[in-house]
Parts: sequence; C-alpha cells; structure tokens
Amino acid sequence: MMRNLLFTIAFISILALSACQSTNTDKLPILGSREPVTTEVNGETVTDTVYHSIPDFEFLNQDSLPITGKTFENSIYVADFFFTSCPSICPIMHRNLLEVYKKYKDNPEVMLLSHSIDTKYDTPSVLKSYAEKLGISGNQWQFASGTRETIYGISPEYMVFTEENDQVAGGFEHQGWFILVDKDKHIRGAYNGTDEKEVAKLMKDMDILLSEYEK
Amino acid sequence: MRNNWIYSIVGIFTISIFILSCQSNEEIEYAHYYVNGKTAYETHCQNCHGAKGEGLGLLYPPLTDTAFIAKNKNNLASIIKYGMSGELIINGQSYNGEMPAETHLSPIEITYIINYIGNSFGNKIGHYTQEQVQQDLINARN
Repeated sequence: MMRNLLFTIAFISILALSACQSTNTDKLPILGSREPVTTEVNGETVTDTVYHSIPDFEFLNQDSLPITGKTFENSIYVADFFFTSCPSICPIMHRNLLEVYKKYKDNPEVMLLSHSIDTKYDTPSVLKSYAEKLGISGNQWQFASGTRETIYGISPEYMVFTEENDQVAGGFEHQGWFILVDKDKHIRGAYNGTDEKEVAKLMKDMDILLSEYEK
Repeated sequence: MRNNWIYSIVGIFTISIFILSCQSNEEIEYAHYYVNGKTAYETHCQNCHGAKGEGLGLLYPPLTDTAFIAKNKNNLASIIKYGMSGELIINGQSYNGEMPAETHLSPIEITYIINYIGNSFGNKIGHYTQEQVQQDLINARN
C-alpha cells in the first residue's frame, strides 16, 4: 500500500515536471532521478548531470531467444507490463499499442517491449501464441518473459508499479503506463496506455524523439 | 422578436412532450434496458470486445457477426454468466480463447447487456426480456 502510494506520488511529480516542459516541442525531457557528478578534467572541476537510465537486463522473447539491453541499442522503444490472461486493462493497452505498432511497422529505429508479469503461466510459447493472435509477426514487438526477480526487479526502473496480488482480478496488480525510452536508455515520456488521447501524444512524442537522431 | 423565440421554444417543448408520451411503454422499457446495457457493457465487456464491438485481433472475437448473435440469442445469457471456451467461428475467423465467467452478474444486469449487444454493432434482435433471460439460464443448467 505504502509502495503503491510512493509510486503514485513519484508519477504525479513526473507528470507535473513533464507538463511544465511540454511547451518545448523540440526536445523531450529526461525523466527520473538525476544526480550531479563532479569530475576533474585538466585541472578544472566539471559538474555533469547523470540521468536515470534503464540498467541492462536479460529476458526470453516469444521465440525463446534471449533479449538484452543490446537488442534495443539502435532504437527508441516503448515498454509496458501486462499478462496474457489479464481481464482488466491489458486488452485496452494492447488495442492502443497495436496502433503504435501499425504506425511504426518496419521502422528499424522503433521497437516495443511488453514484459509479462505472470512469470509462471506466460512462457515464451504462450507469449508467441498471444502475439500471433494479436496480429504481430517479426521481432519489432518483443514479448519478454523472465523470472519473478528479473521482471519485478526491472519494473521500478521504468517507474511502473507491479505486484502479485490475489485480491485483484487476474491475480496481478500493475499500472498501465507506456514508457518511452530513447537509444541511451533514458526515460523520455510516460503515457496512460488505456487513454487513446495519451497514446496519440505518445506517437507525437515518438516523432519528436526520432527527429533528435536525424542528421 | 424575443417573444417569437419564447413561443417557438415553448412550442417545440410541447410537441416533444406529445411525441414522448406517444411512445409506447414497451419502447420506453426498451430504451431503459439499452441505456443501462451500455453502462454495464462498458464495465464488464468493453475491455476485451471494444467500444464498437470490434474485438481484438484473434484474441477476442468481435460482436459484429449478426448471424451468430441472432442464432445464439438464447445462449447469450449463459455465455455472459458462465463464460465460454473452445473453438468459435466468428465472421469466418477461428477463435479459440477462454471467456471468463461473470457469475456475480444478476439476471437484470445480463438482460441489460443482451439488449445492448443485441441491438448495437449492426445486431437487431429487438427487445429481450428478463423472463427470457431467466429461462435461458435455467435451460443452460439442465
């Protein structure tokens, strides 16, 4: 409960922060914690800001192949947390994410990463069948399965709350955020995946982020 | 000029009252079921089946197969309450998932939902009564 509250507060602050900067359409903000790091270069003291970034990970995808941070190194990606037997928000999230997939299909600079939080039932083959039924082919949209430790360990790095909870429908509690991550693994946006308007904003922001890499 | 406005507003109001009172009780009852059905649909069905009954890929079937809905109208209550599994052919596509049971739904809520689905997304089964729903549920258990 306390954790839940903390995550909510963290998110409200992030949203407030991003709202303040939304007038600047040229560049998206970098979200998450940041700390100044002071180093000495040629006798001078230089202070740099170190931004929160997604640490390396290793999961199995729907083809039972390992995926790591390296898999996503040349693309921006949208991450979310779901499970295949989810009776509540997941169908809405993936109905919306499917629109994102269709818009950026075959764009090598864009990937999607859905983590399953049902680490027992959602094996790669279950995820494969789910992906096919959703109409996904190829590996642009990765469906990650991992252990309880790795999946629940990575979700706070994306600032998404997930929890095994018998009290809720389906047995898992999670937030429906779509997290936009850049090529340096910095979080550049968080969008409510159940809200079509926010998903439209996500796609707009993805275009802005992609234009950062245009030379 | 201002009086003209007032007269026309009062006129339109009076005429609409006449029209409304001309509606048969059956129509009013149907409207009541349909409106409540939309709310219940949004709560219990829309996540998977979509706002336009469009379904989602081959995961969740659409509710736009009018022939299927018409043919199975007496099974809808049991499907909603007790769920469904096994292969289904909807709009010529095969679906083989599992629809969860919603046993907590009361017959009146199920009636609302059937009236909404049965008369939306291209379907036209007409008004479906609660007595029929109760009979359907008894038949499904036997």
